[in-house]
Amino acid sequence: MSAPAITITGSPGRAVLARFMKHRLAVASAIVLCLLVSLSLLAPLIEHLLGLDAEAVDLFARYAPPSAAHPLGTDELGRDLLLRLLYGGQVSLFVGLTATIVAAVIGTTIGLCSGYAGGRIDAFVMRVTDGVIALPVLPLLIVLAAVDLNKLGLPDELLGSGNVSLYRIVAIVALVGWTTVARLVRASTLSLKTRPFVLAARAQGAGAFRIMLRHILPNLASPIIVATTLSVGNVILLESVLSFLGLGIQPPLPSWGNLLTGAQETIWEAPGLAFYPGLLIFITVIAFNFIGDGLQDALDPRSRDSRTAARN
Amino acid sequence: MYAFLIRRLVHSLVVLFVMSVVIYGLMGLMPGDPVDLMISADPDITSEDAARLRAIYGLDQPLWSRYANWLGAALTGDFGYSRLYAQPVWQAIWPALTNTLVLLVSSLALALAIALPAGIFAATRPYSLADYGINFAAFAGISMPPFWLGILLILVFAVMLGWLPAGGTAASAGVSGLWEQLQFLILPVASLTIAGVGGHTRYMRASMIETLRQDYIRTARAKGLSESRVVLGHALRNAMIPVVTVIALDLGVLFSGALITETVFAYPGMGKLIFDAIMGNDYNLALVGLLMATALTLIGNLLADVAYAGLDPRISYEELDQ
Repeated sequence: MSAPAITITGSPGRAVLARFMKHRLAVASAIVLCLLVSLSLLAPLIEHLLGLDAEAVDLFARYAPPSAAHPLGTDELGRDLLLRLLYGGQVSLFVGLTATIVAAVIGTTIGLCSGYAGGRIDAFVMRVTDGVIALPVLPLLIVLAAVDLNKLGLPDELLGSGNVSLYRIVAIVALVGWTTVARLVRASTLSLKTRPFVLAARAQGAGAFRIMLRHILPNLASPIIVATTLSVGNVILLESVLSFLGLGIQPPLPSWGNLLTGAQETIWEAPGLAFYPGLLIFITVIAFNFIGDGLQDALDPRSRDSRTAARN
Repeated sequence: MYAFLIRRLVHSLVVLFVMSVVIYGLMGLMPGDPVDLMISADPDITSEDAARLRAIYGLDQPLWSRYANWLGAALTGDFGYSRLYAQPVWQAIWPALTNTLVLLVSSLALALAIALPAGIFAATRPYSLADYGINFAAFAGISMPPFWLGILLILVFAVMLGWLPAGGTAASAGVSGLWEQLQFLILPVASLTIAGVGGHTRYMRASMIETLRQDYIRTARAKGLSESRVVLGHALRNAMIPVVTVIALDLGVLFSGALITETVFAYPGMGKLIFDAIMGNDYNLALVGLLMATALTLIGNLLADVAYAGLDPRISYEELDQ
């Protein structure tokens, strides 16, 4: 039903893109992030080109300074730092994106159901959400990370696989990360469910499930996308903190966080070991935050307009 | 107002109770139990001895009855003994709590002293070069991994320049005197301040921009008040309302930051105490420490609600309760 006059500015998607392109920091961040992701994914190729083995231990070349053979030097076991960083990037980016998406799905479901149901259910769910938000997250995550999975009765084949710390951290972060999206979705659902188009759908006999998924959810896409993008950075920070403390990703699997675990003790001999992993976390997190900021401007032009209005 | 306060207090106590159940249950899921630790310390122990010890300590009972016992003792003020510190739990917690409060209060004060002027300055010149600069710096602060920031500060000021100690306290280094004690505080406080200042700046800026669009600001300008009078006299108080709320609500985040900072700088506060207790299987200490941290953030939330209604006469406590 779009009137032809609107197409002057192009399709909505193109208008969004055009507004996003105006946020120069966001565009630069997107480029940097693409570069980081491709480099991480190409780690095996780079490994091959350099003629190195990421897991090869060389105790005669511990803490080697940067050289032609090792562009960023070597770590405490003589492994090539550059390759460890790239493989660590695969893990950190994977955890950051997966955990955020899982958290967003949980948060959307809870917020949608709570807001649509309303009444006592909504009041109870929101009290619980407020409770979770109020908690000191990190100490509790440390307890969760210290839980012995054998006592939970999980299958041995899962526990035996080397990636169990990967799944565990995704689960833990998702468990506390859903609250922002849940509150946002709930608030919008409350107002959307009284709109005429929802009433019309209900009058036509659409069930609650169908109304939530087909009529309300599509209208929530923009705020969910913005909130999710902005929380990727936080999730990556959380993963890196837990891994740094020795509770997240377990070596030999590298992550940017656990590469820094021993760095404090070796700071005198090899400051590079303490510098580069943190720099990559910093760049990634700030890039996600700028992209989130840019998406907010692009998807919610009203906020941008009101901000421009403040100029006068 | 009292009805509101009492209801919120009851709500906080319920959250605290639920947390004690959850944390107690999680502790039961952590590897090993206290008797396992005794066994590892004494190779001559037999399995009969171990079973007898478990019976003495009540570890053969189901989890819920152990929790009931703990709660009963805790309500009479007996929180048990800390394994790591070989002291009653309270005696281990008090000094750590004082240390953490010193760290939290000084870094929060410093962060606000920087963030509020910076946020106001940026808000009064939106989209200027200064605004972009402040915004960029704020984003950088938010995106900085807090432990890495600590390590960098150590690298620069302790390793390369040698100006400040890399961690610990004056007591652990065996020195006394006010300046010596302060020296040990500078890097942890700086680290925690940098981690928090970005967020506060962005809140302050956003809130001030929103306030400056209000009609009463136009009125104030129209009657010829100077710009500084408009911003500081008329806008600031209103712009502070959401900022104050956010600061109080962020106490949990601040505490998480303190845990990281204390661990990196070996600063003996609550965060490091909780971390060490969990890592060292000191169940009693970890449990009480975690509950203290939870209580601290709940108090923050309560203060946020009180401040919110107190600062903004348009909001009544009854409304907040709905």
